[in-house]
Amino acid sequence: MSTGSIDDYITAVAKALNLTIEDAWRPAVRSNLEVSLRMARLVDEFKLPDESEPASVFSA
Amino acid sequence: MTTPLSAAEIAKAVASRKLSALEATETALARIAQHNGLLNCFTDVTADRARAKAGAVDAAVAAGQKVGPLAGVPFAVKNLFDVKGLSTRAGSRINRDLAPSLRDATLIERLEAQGAVLVGALNMGEYAYDFTGENIHDGPSRNPHDPTRMSGGSSGGSGSSVGGGLVPIALGSDTNGSIRVPSSFCGIFGLKPTYGRLSRARSFPFVASLDHLGPFARSTGDLALAYDAMQGPDADDAACTMRPVEPVTPLLAQDISGLRVAIAGGYFQNNVFPEAVEAVARVAKALNATRTVEIPEAARARAAAYVISTTEGASLHLDRLRKRPNDFDPAVRDRLIAGAMVPAPLVDRAQKFRRWYRARVLELFKTVDVILAPATPCVAPKLGQVTFTLDGVELPVRANIGIHTQPISFIGLPVVAVPVPLEPMPIGVQVIAAPWREDIALRVAYALEKMGVAAAPGPRGI
Repeated sequence: MSTGSIDDYITAVAKALNLTIEDAWRPAVRSNLEVSLRMARLVDEFKLPDESEPASVFSA
Repeated sequence: MTTPLSAAEIAKAVASRKLSALEATETALARIAQHNGLLNCFTDVTADRARAKAGAVDAAVAAGQKVGPLAGVPFAVKNLFDVKGLSTRAGSRINRDLAPSLRDATLIERLEAQGAVLVGALNMGEYAYDFTGENIHDGPSRNPHDPTRMSGGSSGGSGSSVGGGLVPIALGSDTNGSIRVPSSFCGIFGLKPTYGRLSRARSFPFVASLDHLGPFARSTGDLALAYDAMQGPDADDAACTMRPVEPVTPLLAQDISGLRVAIAGGYFQNNVFPEAVEAVARVAKALNATRTVEIPEAARARAAAYVISTTEGASLHLDRLRKRPNDFDPAVRDRLIAGAMVPAPLVDRAQKFRRWYRARVLELFKTVDVILAPATPCVAPKLGQVTFTLDGVELPVRANIGIHTQPISFIGLPVVAVPVPLEPMPIGVQVIAAPWREDIALRVAYALEKMGVAAAPGPRGI
């Protein structure tokens, strides 16, 4: 994602979640989000079968 | 300073009336008064409560009643544990506005039921989202071996208070390494039990999928005493196991020569300073471990732990981020806001990967009983240090302190962080076992201690 499009994304999600992001915080939020998405991409790239269950546990 | 008595020594002396619980408590309170100005590890000292509890223990001894294995032992807890009468601040400014807790955390109740005496609550990184032990509101807890260095986080006060000899036992939490990192930096023993082993009831959470609680001590024997006292089911924690109490103290001295010990290779041998390499090599040599095993996809496991942590943390704090963003540590706030923006399918994939990874690692444990890995890639950095240089590459400190702990806690494996007393600063090694085999990790730690390879050095900086 380019810097411009990630900024647009941050603005849109902040609005959807009713979060205020002051201009002074935006570079740090962007930089943290870039790290988080890089980490998430590493997981996303790993192919798992459709039948995979998440680790979260629930017992009825 | 004189060497403080161990928890086991205090309890034995109290039970045999050679020392009163009140004397043991006053000694701890005096050490706190003397050293907390420098170490800044305590945020609350519960002196009145401690004296009342110690008096009750002494009365029980005088009446000939049976007292527990922790009779008169002072201890302290990370300030995310509920302590009756205190607001559970969890390292934050915001939580100071919470009403005082009406009841102690389960683990405090269980330690006190065995005679232990709570003397206070301990400094920590804000909302446990930290590896440094620094805190913007309360100031940093400091390393007892060099107060210009980090205690490690997020249970920094726990590491500093036990490493500094202020209390023999402290409790902390570990989501991605927050027991093992301060243990390593402060040169003490820390146990991160199997996920679900110890109740988290009435502690302030961070990441429900990954949160663990556990003890710190200056010896394996004390660590096991505290651990044994805290085990058992608890309906107040949905993740707490129904397994019965499985005491380890009677097993500590069992022979370990039949155990298969291996060194974690690949990912766990990258990005490490020579001190971490030396510490693992000393432990491996003492255990005659020559085999190296590859924990599959460890880098991806760390990434998945990161994703789950930042998103669950964001969900936990969403209302506070909306209403009081300026009252957070800005660094924590900006990480959490970013966490709120990670698309949901990526979080689900991280949880699915977690199950896959768990199955692979359990396969590995069919061929090995113990895996050794660095607890931290380096000894304690300087307070405020932002980067370090490794192999000519400048790397951010905060992001790299927990690289070797995250892939392990991600699937809840039990770990004892054992201190290797290198000079001038100690460093820890992770002794990792299969789920529910805390006994194995503790037996190995005990053997290393008896061999003199692992030891909590006296505080070198106070």
